[in-house]
Amino acid sequence: MVDAIAIRWHGRGGQGTVTACKVFAEACLSDGHYVQAFPEYGPERAGAPIKAYNRVNTKPLRGHYPVLRPDIVVVVDATLLDCIDVTEGAPDEAAFIVNCNPAKCGDLRAKIKAKPSQRVIAVDATHISLATLGRPMPNAPLIGTVTRVSGMLSLQAVLEDIQTNFGKKFSEKVTQGNLEATRRGYEEGVSL
Amino acid sequence: MTKMVAATGNEAIAHAMRLAKVDVCSAYPITPATEIMQRFTAFAADGEVQTEVLLAESEHSAMSACIGAAAAGGRVATATSSQGLALMWEMLPIASGQRLPIVMAVCNRAISAPVNIGCDHSDSMGTRDCGWIQLYSENGQEAFDNMLMAFRIAEHPEIRMPVMVCQDGFITSHSIANIQWLEADAAATFVGSYRASNPLLDIQRPASYGQLALSDTYMEYRKAHEATMGKVPGVLREVAAEFKAVSGRAYDLFESYRLEDAEIGIVVLNSAAGTTKDIIDRYRDRGIKAGLLKPRLYRPFPYDEVAQALKHLKALAVLDRSDSFGGSFGPLYLDIAGALSTCAQRPVMINKIFGLGGRDYMPEQGEHVLDELIQIAKGAPVKAAKEYIGVRG
Repeated sequence: MVDAIAIRWHGRGGQGTVTACKVFAEACLSDGHYVQAFPEYGPERAGAPIKAYNRVNTKPLRGHYPVLRPDIVVVVDATLLDCIDVTEGAPDEAAFIVNCNPAKCGDLRAKIKAKPSQRVIAVDATHISLATLGRPMPNAPLIGTVTRVSGMLSLQAVLEDIQTNFGKKFSEKVTQGNLEATRRGYEEGVSL
Repeated sequence: MTKMVAATGNEAIAHAMRLAKVDVCSAYPITPATEIMQRFTAFAADGEVQTEVLLAESEHSAMSACIGAAAAGGRVATATSSQGLALMWEMLPIASGQRLPIVMAVCNRAISAPVNIGCDHSDSMGTRDCGWIQLYSENGQEAFDNMLMAFRIAEHPEIRMPVMVCQDGFITSHSIANIQWLEADAAATFVGSYRASNPLLDIQRPASYGQLALSDTYMEYRKAHEATMGKVPGVLREVAAEFKAVSGRAYDLFESYRLEDAEIGIVVLNSAAGTTKDIIDRYRDRGIKAGLLKPRLYRPFPYDEVAQALKHLKALAVLDRSDSFGGSFGPLYLDIAGALSTCAQRPVMINKIFGLGGRDYMPEQGEHVLDELIQIAKGAPVKAAKEYIGVRG
């Protein structure tokens, strides 16, 4: 397990990107870490590009500014690859997680312009969410993929936290759907 | 020890208001403080608090309702930001002049025009001379702790003054981080029950608020206000000692960070202080003796204690997240300069204006300031007494 990780999420308003950022932070906190989860602040508009950030550390977090060198970049909506440079600030050992069908996404490494040392992982999070939740909410599967790539905590720890927190607010069906979506996101990421 | 939770600074404030068992809460929503009332009204609707919640038609009315409720004898709290605080301005000196212990959370936000929802301190700095006590908070944990302690300070029989608890809008108000709550029983014991000294609703002992005081008595009221403010630092330290006993967390008038043996230093409020501490650690690792002073009690300003903590430095930068436009300096700089003015030995001082309207305070800004201080400490001339940083042109 690693000591510290910084994540930048790219999504569009309404896709649950900020929620995913928060749920991942809560799971890491339950696992005993110090966490930060915050969106890039501004007027909120459905469909507009948004960014959100996580920092997770074994030590207290004191800095209050956007993540500059993300260890993991999550692209919740692959159409953003056409209009945003998601590699900005990403170090040589960074990992990119993109919501797209691994078999149909073409040469994703070339599209991102990933360096040979950087990992690119495709996961069909939208498809998984339709199958498990009946709605295109790619955030739950992506939490699973991020968990695996981060090496910060176990899948079991994340599932337990979702069970506890979602169980208080949502029906058993919704909670189980999110658990299954997260589990499948953890399993179905494909390194390209 | 209570459980650690992931919460925003706004949630922290709402929970503190719940734990303090506020009698009356009147507010009007404004970004980024809205979430405080969203959370608190949910507590009221769910029966978790017995608070009388009055959603007013404007911030002016909200503060007016708070004044009425506090004069009636209730424990009163509210929350606002930016233009909302500006609209309350007329009522703020009435709350403090009538010695009403209202507690108000402020999510610091820039002032229009141009319209902006991001953080800076122009709003609360614009009210610093309204006779209120002002506490500033680095993160959600400090906002929570300050809010609980604020009731004790405000309602202290020797004080009876309103208190503002400020935190950075969005930067900490909307950022999720680790926060440790206080158990409800411990919080109830710490905050205690409140009995107003001259409540309007005590019909056996009629009282009148807001009377006329002309030139024969007005100035004596003001002198009494000033004298009361002089007692705040002592009361704050008593309250902080009790708070440490129940929470384990220590607070003082300000925080000194690696300042005792420092040669250069930065003074900055709220969230930027956290970022600056990390920068200072990196400079310390390189053998550079840098330190930080983060004011907590800003009104009344603890001049003597601040001067004692800073006078040994060779060079000092005060970072202001607001400005007093035109020739003068930022408000925090003026207070620090005033504090040091009576010291025979004092640092060379510079003033930087940063982070206005939500502009991020990035680590390299603090690094550039420290680099400049290193040169000044070696005897280099000051290039600009006051300068905007992190800005184009």
